[in-house]
Amino acid sequence: MKGSFLVNGRTNEWTFEPDATLLDVLRANGHPEVHRGCDEGVCGSCSVLLEGKLVNSCQVFAASAMEKDILTVAGIGTIHEPHPIQTAFVESGAVQCGFCTPAAILATLALLRKNPNPTDEEIHSALDGNYCRCTGYVKIIEAVRLASRRMSSHD
Amino acid sequence: MTDFSVVGKPVLKVDSLSLACGSARYTADYEMRDPLYLAFAYSPVAHGDIVSLDDSEARGMEGVTDVFHAFNTETELFTTAGQGYPEPSPYDTRLFNKRVRYAGEIVAAVLAGTLSEARAAAAAVKVEYAPLPTLFDPEKAMDKDSPSLHGEDGAYAPLPVPFRAEENVAGEVLFSFGDMEKGFADADFIVDETYRTHYTAHCALEPHAASAFFDEKGRLVIVASTQVPFHARRTVSRVVGIPAHMIRVIKPRIGGGFGSKQEIILELYAALAAWKYKRNVKAEMSRSEVFTAARTRHPMRVRIKTGVKNDGSITALDMSDVMNTGAYGAHALTVLSNAGSKVLPMFNKIENMNFVGRAVYTNLPIGGAYRGYGATQGYFAFNQHMDGIARRLGVDFLDFVKKHHIREGETSEVFKAIGEGTEGVSQIIRSCKLSECIDKGAEAIGWSNLRGKKIANGPVVKGIGAAVSMQGSGIPQVDMASASMKMNDDGSFNLYVGATDIGTGSDTILSQIAAETLNVPLEMILILSSDTDLTPFDTGAYASSTTYVSGQAVLRCAEKVRSQILSVAEKMTGAAPESLVFKESRVVNTATGEETSFSDIACFAMYSHDQFQIQASASFTGSESPPPFMAQFAEVDVDTETGKVRVVKFVSVGDCGQPLNPKLVEGQIEGATMNGISYALTEQYIFNSKGKMTNNSFWDYKLFGTLDMPEMKTIVVDSDEPTGPYGAKSISEIGINGPAPAIANAIYDAVGVRIYDLPLTPEKVLKAIRARTDG
Repeated sequence: MKGSFLVNGRTNEWTFEPDATLLDVLRANGHPEVHRGCDEGVCGSCSVLLEGKLVNSCQVFAASAMEKDILTVAGIGTIHEPHPIQTAFVESGAVQCGFCTPAAILATLALLRKNPNPTDEEIHSALDGNYCRCTGYVKIIEAVRLASRRMSSHD
Repeated sequence: MTDFSVVGKPVLKVDSLSLACGSARYTADYEMRDPLYLAFAYSPVAHGDIVSLDDSEARGMEGVTDVFHAFNTETELFTTAGQGYPEPSPYDTRLFNKRVRYAGEIVAAVLAGTLSEARAAAAAVKVEYAPLPTLFDPEKAMDKDSPSLHGEDGAYAPLPVPFRAEENVAGEVLFSFGDMEKGFADADFIVDETYRTHYTAHCALEPHAASAFFDEKGRLVIVASTQVPFHARRTVSRVVGIPAHMIRVIKPRIGGGFGSKQEIILELYAALAAWKYKRNVKAEMSRSEVFTAARTRHPMRVRIKTGVKNDGSITALDMSDVMNTGAYGAHALTVLSNAGSKVLPMFNKIENMNFVGRAVYTNLPIGGAYRGYGATQGYFAFNQHMDGIARRLGVDFLDFVKKHHIREGETSEVFKAIGEGTEGVSQIIRSCKLSECIDKGAEAIGWSNLRGKKIANGPVVKGIGAAVSMQGSGIPQVDMASASMKMNDDGSFNLYVGATDIGTGSDTILSQIAAETLNVPLEMILILSSDTDLTPFDTGAYASSTTYVSGQAVLRCAEKVRSQILSVAEKMTGAAPESLVFKESRVVNTATGEETSFSDIACFAMYSHDQFQIQASASFTGSESPPPFMAQFAEVDVDTETGKVRVVKFVSVGDCGQPLNPKLVEGQIEGATMNGISYALTEQYIFNSKGKMTNNSFWDYKLFGTLDMPEMKTIVVDSDEPTGPYGAKSISEIGINGPAPAIANAIYDAVGVRIYDLPLTPEKVLKAIRARTDG
C-alpha cells in the first residue's frame, strides 16, 4: 500500500506492505538511525516520537502512523548543529556503542518537553524503556540531568 | 603523576557525536543494490541425525533463490571461534551438520528476494530426524554410558592440546605444584565447596548482522558486526573456499559485542550465498535467534577445596572445574583456562595448588567468549569460598584478602602453568593497587558501619559483601596488533589501526596515544580502524587486549613518525637535534627560539628536497599481560519473607594503571558492573526437558533497566603500569567479575545463607532462609 509520512518535518510518499511496522518503513526509506534491537517492543532501540509521544516503532503498524508527525533523532539535530541533548550525551560519556543512543535521546526529549526539571526518580522512570548494555546507565542519567540544566537555563 | 596533555584527560569519544546524531552506520544500515536475504531453519531436537531433508516446497515458494543445507553444501570441520591461528578451539562443526547437537542448531539457510519470503520458506523446509540420546548434565558428560557427541565425526584440535571427543572432553587444563597431600595434612581445617554458574547471553543491543556485496572489481566485501575482522576473513576464506585476496572485511560501528561477536557465524552464510550467486546478500539475526543461534556464557561447576591453618594461612588449594561448552567447543579450552589462570594467581602465597579443568560437550546452546571469559565464573566461587573461610577464622574478609593477595614485585606459578592452549608466560606484577582499591571501596560502601550489623527494617535485612578480581591485558606472546600512520600537509595525521572499536572507545584512546606522542590536539589524528584492505592487522577486540597491545603498536608507530618529523626539522633548520623539542604541532629550536610548524615540515618533506611522505608502521606483541585489579562492594536489602534481593548500592574500585581516558574507564567499569548485577540476579536461560530454551525473548529474559539500578559509585585509583602505553592496563572486562560474588557475600552477611548457584533468585534465597530456619 501507499501512504504519506511526515518524518522530521518532511512529507514522504512511501509504498509498504500492509503489515509493515513503522520501524520497517522508516529503515527501508533512509532512516537507519532508528535501530532494530529486539523487534518485540522491549529494548526501546527503535523509539521515535509519534505525535510527540515516545513509542517503540517496532510495535506500531506503519499504516496507523500515516499523516502523523514522526520525529527521529536525525530530526532534532545534526552532526554540524547538534541538539543540546545530543551534546549532553556526548559530553557526559553516555555514548558507548551508540546503538541505544538515538532512542535514549528521544526519550530524554519527550521527558524534558513535559517536565523540564525532572527529579532523578522521574529520569529513571522515563528512561526505563530504553535498554543499554554498555553504560550501566550511570552516564545516561547524568546526560539527562545535564541536558535538563542546560535547556532550562536557555528557556 | 606524569603531566600529559591528551592522555589521562576525559576527551570526548571521537565517534560519539555521530552516534548521538544518528549519522553513524551499523552493519544492517548499509544500503546495497538489489540484495537477497538469508533466513535460517533450526533443529527442534537436541540430538539427532538428519535422515532426510525435503526442501522442495521451500524452493517452490515465491522469491526463493536457493536452500543450503547439509545435503548440498559440504564444508570441512572448523570452529566459529574468532581466535589466533591455529585456533585453540576444536574443529568440530560444519556450516551444516548432518548430526544436530542442540535445539536451535542451524540446519538450513534460505536465500530469497525478501526477508519475509526467506523466513516463510525456511519454515517450509521439512527435516526428518532420527533422535539420539541426549546429554544435558555436564557433570555426567564423561560417564561411560553418556552419549558421545563428537566421537564419530572426525572432530579434532588443530593445536596439540587435550581433546577427547569420545569422552565429550572439548578441552582439558591440568596443573599442579607443591605437595597437595602434605598441604592438606598441614591444615587445621579443610573447606570443600561446590559452586555453579549458569547460561546467560551477552545481549548486545545490535543483533548479529552481515552484509556481503561485490565491489566494482568483483571482490567480495563483507560488512559485519564483528570483533574480529581479520579472523573473519581468514575463516570465511577457509570454510567457504573463497581466496582470501578476494575478500575484504569491513567493521562499521558495532552495537556492542561483549564477546558475542568474537564469533564468525553470519559472515560465513552470507559469503556462501553471495559467492555462489554473485549477488549482494543481507543476513541479520532476530533477537530470539541471537539467544540460541549465537553464543552464550559457558556455565561452570567450580569446586574448591582449601586447607587452612588457624593462623589464617592457606596450606593447599585444589580447584576442580567442569565447564559446559554446549554442543560445540567454541572457546572451550581458553575460557576454561581463564577460570584458573585469571583467578588462582590472586592468592599467590599458596605453596600447594592443583587445578583440574574439563570443558565438556552437552546438547545445549554453544558457549563462547563473554566479558570476563571464565574469570567471572571462577571468581563467583573463589570470593564466596574465601568469604566463608574468613568468617570461619573470625577475621574480616577484607583483611584476609589483603593478607593473601598478590602484590607488586611478586609472581605466581600459575602464570607459567596456564596459557592459552600452551604453557603460560611467567611474569612479575609491576603494578598492583588492590589494597588501596579495597580500602577506598570499604570507605565508600561504609564497610565498618554495615558489615555484620544485619540492620533490619521489618522483614528486610541489610547486608554488605565484597569481591576482588584480576584480569589480564591481552594474551602474552599471542595477541599481535599493528598500526600505521601518515602525515598530511596540514600537519594532521591519518592513523590506521586493525584494532576493533565495538563501542569501547578504542578509536578514541588510540587517537589519544598518537596525539600525546606527537604533541598535537586530538582532532589532528584522523583514525580509521578495522578494514582488512585499508588497515594493518590486529587480532581483534578481545582478551582485554586493545589498550595494552594495540596501544603499544600505536605508540611505537607514532614514535617513528616523531623521529622522522625531527629529522626533517633538522634538515630544514640546520639545528642540532638536541636543541629541537616538540611543542603543540611544531618543532622549536631551543637555541634560537625558532619555531617550525608541523604543516611546514610535512610540506617540506612532500614538496621540497629528497621528497618523501612522513609515515611509519609498527607492530606489537605483549611479552606479558599485566592484570588490572578491582575490589567491588554490594549493599543489599534481603526480604526475608519473599527472598527478593535488592542491590541498594554498588561500589567498584579499579586499578587499570594510568587511565588513558577517565570517562571511558568509568564507562567500562559501570557497564560491566551493571551487566554483572543483572547476571547475578535476573538473567538466565530456562530450558524445557528437551533442552530447548523457553525464554528466548527480552520479555522473558530480564535485563536491568534504569528502574532496577542501584546507587553506583566508581573509583579509579592512581596507578602506573611501566610496560603499558603511557602506563595503561586493561579495564574492559574485569568489572563483571565482582558483582555476583559480592552480592552473594552480602546476602550471607544479611541473612546467613550461602547461595552456591547462580542466579541469586528470590526462590533460592527464600528456600535457603527457610531451610536454615527449619534446620
